[in-house]
Amino acid sequence: MDAQLKAQRRRAATLARRHVYTEVPPMTSFFDSMSEGEREAFFKKERIRSARVLRRRKIGKNLRISVCLTIAIAIAIFAIVPIFFTFLNSFMSSPEIADNYGVIFQSLSGHAENGARYLDKTPMLKLVPQKVSVAQYKNLLFMSPTYLLKFWNSIILVVPIVAGQMAVACLASFSFARYRRKRREVLFFSYVILMLMPFQVTLVPNYMISDKLGILDTYWAIILPGIFSTFSIFLLTKYMRQIPSAYIEAAKLDGASEWQIFTKIALPTCKSAIFALTILLFIDYWNMVEQPLVLLTKIDKQPLSVFLSQINEAEIGIAFAASALYMIPPLLIFLWGEEYLVEGISRSGVK
Amino acid sequence: MSKQTDLTTTTSSKASTKAAKNQITPVTVDPSSRINLLKQKKRLHRIRKLQEWGLFTGYLTPSLAGVMLFFFLPLLMLLKTSFQKSSTNTDFTGFTNYERVLTNEAFKQASVNTLTFALVAVPLAVLLALLLALLLNSGLPGKSVFRSIILNPMMVPVASVVLIWQVFFSYNGVMNGWGVSQLFGADKIDWFKSEHAQLVILILFLWKNLGYNMVLFLAALNNIPGEILESAMMDGAGAIKRFFAIKMHYLSPTFFFVAIMSLINSFKIFREVYLLTGDHPTDKLYMLQHFMNNQFKKLDYSKLSAGAIIMCVVMIVIVGVLFFAESKFDADVEE
Repeated sequence: MDAQLKAQRRRAATLARRHVYTEVPPMTSFFDSMSEGEREAFFKKERIRSARVLRRRKIGKNLRISVCLTIAIAIAIFAIVPIFFTFLNSFMSSPEIADNYGVIFQSLSGHAENGARYLDKTPMLKLVPQKVSVAQYKNLLFMSPTYLLKFWNSIILVVPIVAGQMAVACLASFSFARYRRKRREVLFFSYVILMLMPFQVTLVPNYMISDKLGILDTYWAIILPGIFSTFSIFLLTKYMRQIPSAYIEAAKLDGASEWQIFTKIALPTCKSAIFALTILLFIDYWNMVEQPLVLLTKIDKQPLSVFLSQINEAEIGIAFAASALYMIPPLLIFLWGEEYLVEGISRSGVK
Repeated sequence: MSKQTDLTTTTSSKASTKAAKNQITPVTVDPSSRINLLKQKKRLHRIRKLQEWGLFTGYLTPSLAGVMLFFFLPLLMLLKTSFQKSSTNTDFTGFTNYERVLTNEAFKQASVNTLTFALVAVPLAVLLALLLALLLNSGLPGKSVFRSIILNPMMVPVASVVLIWQVFFSYNGVMNGWGVSQLFGADKIDWFKSEHAQLVILILFLWKNLGYNMVLFLAALNNIPGEILESAMMDGAGAIKRFFAIKMHYLSPTFFFVAIMSLINSFKIFREVYLLTGDHPTDKLYMLQHFMNNQFKKLDYSKLSAGAIIMCVVMIVIVGVLFFAESKFDADVEE
């Protein structure tokens, strides 16, 4: 053992003297011991084996994808069906609706409380209307001004809120992102807490202050607190803090003022976020129920969202059309700005 | 003005030191001038700081004024009224209002309902959305189509789909007609009044919010560097190991964000409940907002404000815990 080691070392030393540091073994091959025929057979076998493995893998992958696809399709159908039904049903004629769904709305909570008994009938949910008619829309648009009024109420509430909140939020979040100090974080944190407060908490203060300011029962009672909601400030600040400070430094060296940094750098970089937030805010306020319910007691001032829940039997004929009409603006906005929305949402969650 | 004077003095002093260097004998700089320079620098610094503070408040003023007027100030007013006998009678009554609220059966029921809903719905929304994101990310064809379809319910106003939910879940509704009575032979039930009412509401919540959460998770999944996953695969880490060891690590900030957003949205479930069942739903569905609304109708402001203050405190505690956990977790991630 010792002698062998010594011999090895000696050999290594000689090699090192000749500047050969690693010994290269003579080339041998796995196939050396095989004859020509054996080699051919071996290759053939290997080829078949690998083809089988590949095939099996492909089948496995296909199987997996098809299972995933079925699940995804099921979920997608679940997601889209209610919307789809609403649209299809909005093209039924009024008598058909009453025929199909009249049963359902007779047993609704409000009626049951008044002592009406449940009527045992099977509903007829129909996907495709028997006769396509635009009678619902015609009734809605030309015969019942209340619906149009509510629709207009919704618009008049939502547009100023979204525009105002975005303007205020852009300024404030720039301030929070650009002039970041430890003590100011406390203020930011209180904003975050305010954002997280559910309506259940903020509605009471809103009510009190609008009562004091004398704007209760006017649109201002909803618009003003809406404008100063801190939700978008939180998200926008998150974006603005992602702006590389090198950009701002470069602009400063070129002699840009703070206002120019705001308008020429901060706003364009956050364009997708601003779009996404605008869309999110629009949906959120288009959807609002809590605020008008408490702050607007006059029924003719309430938006469509509250009103749609108070449909009674006599009006089911146009209810579906009203619902469909109500969801058209957000859906259109979604179709138009989906890319921005997805990008904006995506970037908000990633640090 | 001060900036300019400062500039001139600094350049002149620099020149003088340069000149001093050229001479062989070391020249001691006049100490008083040095102090002046320091003072000037300090003043400049202070001015800059003031300027920055001015800019900070300048940009913030519109928001801050509004927030003060519409949220912070009224909250203080609320605090005051919560200790008063009633809104007109300003006698100090201590904690009686709080007692009245806390012993109120409706309030108890409402807060239990709201909390249990949040406790069930938020984790479920987070986990299901993660699974959905993983599903879509597993090399599915038409990924973006699925994404838009699943995101779609988010865009639809609650009020618009209320009708169709009623068609599905009411006593003579489709669920009873098709599903329960024909497949299982069970009795018909009014879903919104039964034991399963919360389950139905949960489904509606998931229907609306899964898409948004899923998009957040998808983005986080796409943000995981591919090389790391690849090298883990080379090292023989299986799909499950790769998920828990690597992907979870990168997803953790998103988890918190999604949880917070879901929490906010879980408080908005009142919309669905109100639009579907009105002012007085069954006990199981009586949410805090119902309680508040009904108190508004009774005009009992002192009770109302005590209730709001309690909720406010609870929310602050929850948020504090969440953020504390996040910062703790973040520290772990950065290590």
